[in-house]
Amino acid sequence: MNELPQQLANGLILGALYGLVAIGYTMVYGIVQLINFAHGEIFMVGGFGALTAYLALPGGTTLWLAVPLMLAAGITVSTLVAVGAERFAYRPLRGAPRLAPLITAIGLSIVLQQLVFSFYPDAKKAKVFPKIPGDAFQVLGMTIQRSDLFLIVAAPVCMIILGWFVNRTRSGRAMQATSQDPDTAKLMGIDTDRIIVLAFAIGAAFAAVAAVAYGLRTGQVDFRMGFILGLKAFTAAVLGGIGNIYGAMVGGLVLGLAEGLATAYIQHLPGMHLFGGGAWKDVWAFVLLIVVLLARPQGLLGERVADRA
Amino acid sequence: MTALLEVQDLRVAYGKIEAVKGISFTVDRGEVTTLIGTNGAGKTTTLRTISGLLRPTGGGITFDGQDLGSVPAHRIVSLGLAHSPEGRHIFPRMTIEENLLLGAFLRRDPAGIAEDVERACTLFPVLGERRRQAAGTLSGGEQQMLAMGRALMSRPKLLMLDEPSMGLSPLMMQKIMATIVELKSTGTTILLVEQNAQAALSLSDRSYVMETGRIVLTGTGADLLHNESVRKAYLGEE
Repeated sequence: MNELPQQLANGLILGALYGLVAIGYTMVYGIVQLINFAHGEIFMVGGFGALTAYLALPGGTTLWLAVPLMLAAGITVSTLVAVGAERFAYRPLRGAPRLAPLITAIGLSIVLQQLVFSFYPDAKKAKVFPKIPGDAFQVLGMTIQRSDLFLIVAAPVCMIILGWFVNRTRSGRAMQATSQDPDTAKLMGIDTDRIIVLAFAIGAAFAAVAAVAYGLRTGQVDFRMGFILGLKAFTAAVLGGIGNIYGAMVGGLVLGLAEGLATAYIQHLPGMHLFGGGAWKDVWAFVLLIVVLLARPQGLLGERVADRA
Repeated sequence: MTALLEVQDLRVAYGKIEAVKGISFTVDRGEVTTLIGTNGAGKTTTLRTISGLLRPTGGGITFDGQDLGSVPAHRIVSLGLAHSPEGRHIFPRMTIEENLLLGAFLRRDPAGIAEDVERACTLFPVLGERRRQAAGTLSGGEQQMLAMGRALMSRPKLLMLDEPSMGLSPLMMQKIMATIVELKSTGTTILLVEQNAQAALSLSDRSYVMETGRIVLTGTGADLLHNESVRKAYLGEE
């Protein structure tokens, strides 16, 4: 069974992808208690933004130049869409019953998919995304594709930046205060509307980084790519403890590992030979979610909310 | 000199239910002004409206010569008005020091802020002893001290305290009341909302009694303390 290191590597890489997208769910939830179901599509439009930048570059541009430009374009598009959604779809509903913004989010998700499907040139089928060419690396019995290097570098860098931002900057502290008690945050002089916009923007930027990683990894983007990945990332956010940014990444990694390992090994367990292979991987992901939520409803790193007087 | 805070015919409603039905009162500089009254009289609603957390349906609020009508809540503190809310509302998952620093969020003078953190820790020694502890681990009385210390961090012209004695032991309550007297002696203007009428009246310069959204009685603290209807209704005398 020497495939274990490989399964671990695959699981962690997939998990980091889930984790980056999960950050967006958890940050927005932490501030406004809204599950932004359009976040999967924020991820998707980031992929298309990056693709557009790639197609606009002259042929033969080195990927060392192309990837940063694609990243910048993806982040710009995702952030603009997310901030626009907050401003025009969610903000007017603040103070409305919680079901209203939730349904709006689902509606927005469909609208964004259909806009890309209808208006992006030739988007009815998957669009080819560049891959990083060259042989895979062999490390400690693992095969790592060159395209995955992007994510292996980007995910920790993103987490370090986020940790620094939240704990060390004025805006980060304002964000923590807003998430713990929005009215009192206002009394401190914090412009909570600005903080909400910031939460949407950061989540969107991370989703765009994930979208570029996804495109490089799979070699394609398509208008539906945000649906199942968004669902998985949401699962990761809940698994880690929704509202907790480190929980989102931990939840992503655990989910990715569980999917990878379950897909590879469950079929070898006695009586389970029918449940092997990729077709079942989503099932195992959601089984894990149910098990964790039964044992720890607040998620892996979540905090029990009993500290409010 | 004009009053620091002037509330004119203020009306506030939650949907169709009017909680504050046209009240007027003033807070003079250097004084302790109290609003007393039972639960549901509209005292907290009044403070939250002054702070901009709620919008009035009518009337006006003037603070230090400026109309607060269209000032958003997060700009109020920069005008010199700090609000220690009912139920304390400290940030539970932040440390005591972080809570204090948030009280000085808009200030840009690190030296002055550090000085004021020390001042808060001198005023309430328990805060100094537990600086790096999560604020959620403090007892109710200690959280109240933190909330007051945090409000003072903006160096306010007017400090609004909403039910600072709520749920506290008699000893803790005495301590809080003594602190209010101390703050007054240093020149801080205070608007105090209390259900504990006895304690509130005995330290206030001017008092207003609220009942179901209206001010029904006005006078100096001493006047009201000896007023028969106040004694019956709020001080538990037959």
